[in-house]
Formats: sequence, C-alpha cells, structure tokens
Amino acid sequence: MTISQMVTSRAAAALDVSRAARSSKLSAVVMLAAVAVLAALPFVAFSNVTDTLVNLFVLIALASMWNLLAGFGGLVSVGQQAYIGIGAYSVIAFADQGVQPYLAVPLAAVTCVIFAVPTSWLAFRLRGDYFAVGTWVIAEVYRLLVVRIDSVGGGSGKGLAGMSDLDQTLRGALTYWVALALALATIAACYLLLRGRLGLSLMAVRDEETAASSVGIDVRRAKRVVYLVSAAGCGAAGGVITVSSLSVNPDAIFSVQWSAYMIFIVVIGGIGYIEGPLLGAVIFFGLQQLLADYGSWYLVLLGAIGMAAALWLPRGLWGLMRDRTGLSLFPVGYFVRGRDA
Amino acid sequence: MGWLNAVIQGLLLGGLYALFATGLSLMFGVMRIVNLAHGDLAVVASFLALALVSGTGLPLWIVLVVTVPLFAVLGYLTQRVLLQRSLSSGPLATLLVTFGLSIVLQNVLLEVFSADTRTIDGGSFGTGSFELNGSISIGYLSLATFLLACAVLAAIQLFLSRTGLGRMLRASSDDRETANLVGADSRHVYGIATAIAFATVALAGLMFAMRSSFDPATGPSRLIFAFEAVVIGGLGSLWGTLLGGMVLGVTQSLGAQIDPALTLLAGHLVFLAVLAFRPQGLIAGRTA
Repeated sequence: MTISQMVTSRAAAALDVSRAARSSKLSAVVMLAAVAVLAALPFVAFSNVTDTLVNLFVLIALASMWNLLAGFGGLVSVGQQAYIGIGAYSVIAFADQGVQPYLAVPLAAVTCVIFAVPTSWLAFRLRGDYFAVGTWVIAEVYRLLVVRIDSVGGGSGKGLAGMSDLDQTLRGALTYWVALALALATIAACYLLLRGRLGLSLMAVRDEETAASSVGIDVRRAKRVVYLVSAAGCGAAGGVITVSSLSVNPDAIFSVQWSAYMIFIVVIGGIGYIEGPLLGAVIFFGLQQLLADYGSWYLVLLGAIGMAAALWLPRGLWGLMRDRTGLSLFPVGYFVRGRDA
Repeated sequence: MGWLNAVIQGLLLGGLYALFATGLSLMFGVMRIVNLAHGDLAVVASFLALALVSGTGLPLWIVLVVTVPLFAVLGYLTQRVLLQRSLSSGPLATLLVTFGLSIVLQNVLLEVFSADTRTIDGGSFGTGSFELNGSISIGYLSLATFLLACAVLAAIQLFLSRTGLGRMLRASSDDRETANLVGADSRHVYGIATAIAFATVALAGLMFAMRSSFDPATGPSRLIFAFEAVVIGGLGSLWGTLLGGMVLGVTQSLGAQIDPALTLLAGHLVFLAVLAFRPQGLIAGRTA
C-alpha cells in the first residue's frame, strides 16, 4: 500500500459521505404523497380546477427545462419558444396523419430533438449574451417558415384533429394526467441528469468553462446534451399546450412571451436549483390568478419583480430558503461530515 | 430596373439600421451588456415624439432636438441606477434586468397608448422624393436618414478616436481594471457610453416612426434587426455595423422584391448564413 493510498483510505474512513440529509428523505415521502394526491385529483375535483392546473404543470415543465439550460448549462436562451412551437405543430401534423394526439406528445419531443441537432450547431457558434438573441432569431425563423406551410394553416393557425371522439370529461382528465406526467418527467430528467457524471461536468463548465475543458471535460458535448434534453421537454410542453387548447396559433405559440415566463419563474424561484422552477412556477401561477383582472399592469409588475430579483436576490427564493434551512428536496450534491464530530 | 431600385432602397434603409444598431454595439463593446430593451427604447422614443407632436403642436425638428438629449440623460441615469448594479451581479443579471425592462416598457406603452398602430406624419418631407432616372426615385426622408446615420457614425468614431473621454471609453472597453488604475472612472465612462447609445436609439426611433408604423409590441422585432446588423458586420466595429446594416437592408429589400412575405425571412437567413460561415462578421473588429 502506497502512502497516498493509505492517506486516502484513512481520510475516507474518517468521513461520512451521503447524498441526502434526513430532511431530504422526509421531504421525499411528502412529495410522493403530494404526487399521489395530484394524480387522483380528476376523480375528486371539478374540471375547472384540473384545467387550470394543466397551465401550472406546463409552466413547471418549461421553467425546469430553462433552468437546466441556463442554470446548469450556462446557456441563456431567449428562443426556447422555437421548440414549444415545433412541438405544438408536430402534434397537429401527427394528428392529421391519424396518430392519437396524446400519443403524439412524446413524438413531438422526438421531433424537437431532431430539429435541435442542426440548430445547436448554429446556435453554439454564439457565446454568452449573443447566444440569447441568436436563439431568438432562430425561433423567429422557425415561425416565419411555419406560417408559409399551408397544410398546417399558414398564418392563422389550425385546430387539432382526432379529439372529437373522446368524451369531454375523459379528455379533460387525460390532458391533466399528461400534463402532470410531463411536469414530473421534466423534474425527474433534471434530477437524474444532474446526479450523474454529466451533472458534475455541467456545473464545472458553468462555473469556469476554460478550466473545465482543461481537465478533460467535453464542454460542447455536455452543453449539447442539455440543449437537446431541453428542446425535447419544451417540445412536449408545446404538445400539451396544443392538446389542452385544441388549436394552435403561430404568433402565440412562437411568442417570446414564453421565454419571459420561463425566465421570470426561474429567476424568482432560484436559478441553479431543481426546486427553483417548482417554487417559482407556483408563485408565478398564483400572481397570474390573482392579478388576471389588471390586464397588462400585471406584466409590468412581473417585469419589475424579475428585475428586482435579478438585482437583489440573485439566487432566488429557494436560494434564500436553502441558506436559512439547509433543505434540499432534490439533493444533487453530497453531504460530507466527520465521523466523530 | 426594379432590382437596382430595390438595392438602392435597401442601402438607404441599411443606414437607418446601422444608426439603430450603433447603440447596441457600443453598449456591448464597452460594458458587455446586450440591451434587450434596445428596440423598446426606440419605440418609447417614437411614442414620446408622437405625444409631443400631437399634444403641443411643435414642429417635428424641435421634438427631435428635445427627445434626443432627453434620452441621453435617461441613458446616463439608467446606467448609474440600474445597469451598474446589475454589472456586479454577473452577466446573467444584466440580461435579465434589460429583459425585465423590455417587458415593463412594452406593457406601460400598451396601457398608456393602447395597442393601436401609429405613425408620425413627416409631412411633404416624409413622402416627397426626387427621380434619379425613369425607374429609380429616392425619398427625401430615406436619403436624409441615411446621411444622418453616416454623420452620427462618423461623429461617434471621431469621438472615440480623438477625444480624451473617447480614449477612456476604449480603454475601459479593453480592460476595465487597468483603465480604473490609470484614472478612468469606469462608472462615469459607462454612463457616457449608455447616454450615447440611448441618444442614437431615440434618433433611430424617430426615423423609424416617420418611415413605418409602430405599436407597443414593435420593439422586439426592431431589436432583432439591430442585433443582426451588429453580428453581420462584426462585433465591436462601428463601420462593420454600417456595413451589416446595409447588407441587412439590401437583403430585406431584395427579399421583398421577390415576395413581400419574404422580407424578414431573407434578413434572418443571411444572418444565420453569416453565423454559420463567418461567425466573426464581415469586418472582424476588436472582439475581446
């Protein structure tokens, strides 16, 4: 046994390394219970409740994907509406071909990945802030191309086929479950991605790209994986928006407003934490319900809150809570404690 | 001769794009800020001029003389109060702050002026033109805009290369810490840069308002034009921005000649082509 091995093993023996604190295990149980309640909701609640919650789930999914992209990958995009739009239009197109619309939602995610591969090649030529506006231009290009395709309704949009044979109550419940599944899947995808080797490389890349690449991390590959996953998530979200609204309008679905929502949710909730978008989406959703009667003043307020959060609360509300309580619902780091301490 | 006419109109439009993009280029070059509220600021200037013209009945040139310095002051204050604070919180913060500002401006305009499409009446000057030959006629307004844009770019170039403050600006842009060590007050210098940027945005906003219609949601699409002009020309080069604006103007104008629906798409596609094959831009400026 060499000296260094001896030192390492002795050090390891004196330390206790674990993923989760007791609070995380407890909160996991609470979260499982919450998911079970949410899944059973269509049986007990009125459909207007579940219909509203679909919007919340879509926001959670979108914000989680943006958080993965910006908070962990360091890729600040203002163009994820490109994939929301492509996902929405894929569902329309698949439904026209006779595919069941709910089954078209995962196919929409796959379509988005196919589109995201060449797009990432182009977008990754831009760095930092220019990446943000570049992705926006790309989203605009997709919108301008889509409105030229007459078979999906051109500039005026199109209705979703294949939904009329479903009973309205069943349709509401199915949409709700698909939206819930989407939100859970995006959170789970973020959690699993970040727990592994990729998560470590990503955080290294985000914190110091040059140093990360000098210790052998394939920076471009790590970023590309994140970009593709995020495209898939946003595409599926676009699909869910379509099956929920039963039609698509190019100007609305490719609107930069989606990016505004994602960014504000993540910034207010806490960028770089998996819990951030969850908390942010709930707050945003609450504000939306509360201020719906005030028209565009609500967006003014939202913009102001976002600016204030970016300036004075750079790690968001979850960052604040975590500093106070040490709570972590989705532990992606490690706790290291001394044995005898 | 329709094509030649399209090229000439495109070049003249390109001058306006360049004037508009200068502020974006300057703020990025000096402070590394991409101002996502850039387009909305131009629209704010348009609405302000509209309100002044219809509210006070002042002639347009007085409105111009009032609005541009007002925006310069606003720019200085915005930098000192809002942007400087965000600069210390990291690059993401500046992007988020300007994005938030953009949302706020758009929706305040929407509440105050409603979503109606407006335009500023430039009178006989706005619609008049002279004929070069049978098929090419040049509008007074387009030509004046183009000349004004070139004059402003030349003035900024002179300011940057010849004056002490301009030297400090370039020094701060190259290396802020060292510039501070040798006596440049970077906050003041940044304020000046933002003031120039805001003034050119206001000027461009007024020109846009006389040329074409606008509404509170026009800002983001304008921002995209400015951004494309900057990237096509090459980051950090003023003359590159002029060239980029012209390339964009000509492309859009030629696209419109083929099919009016292609106007925007043609511009975007040229931008993406430059991105793919010549990411440093047509004139590679100082990028560091």
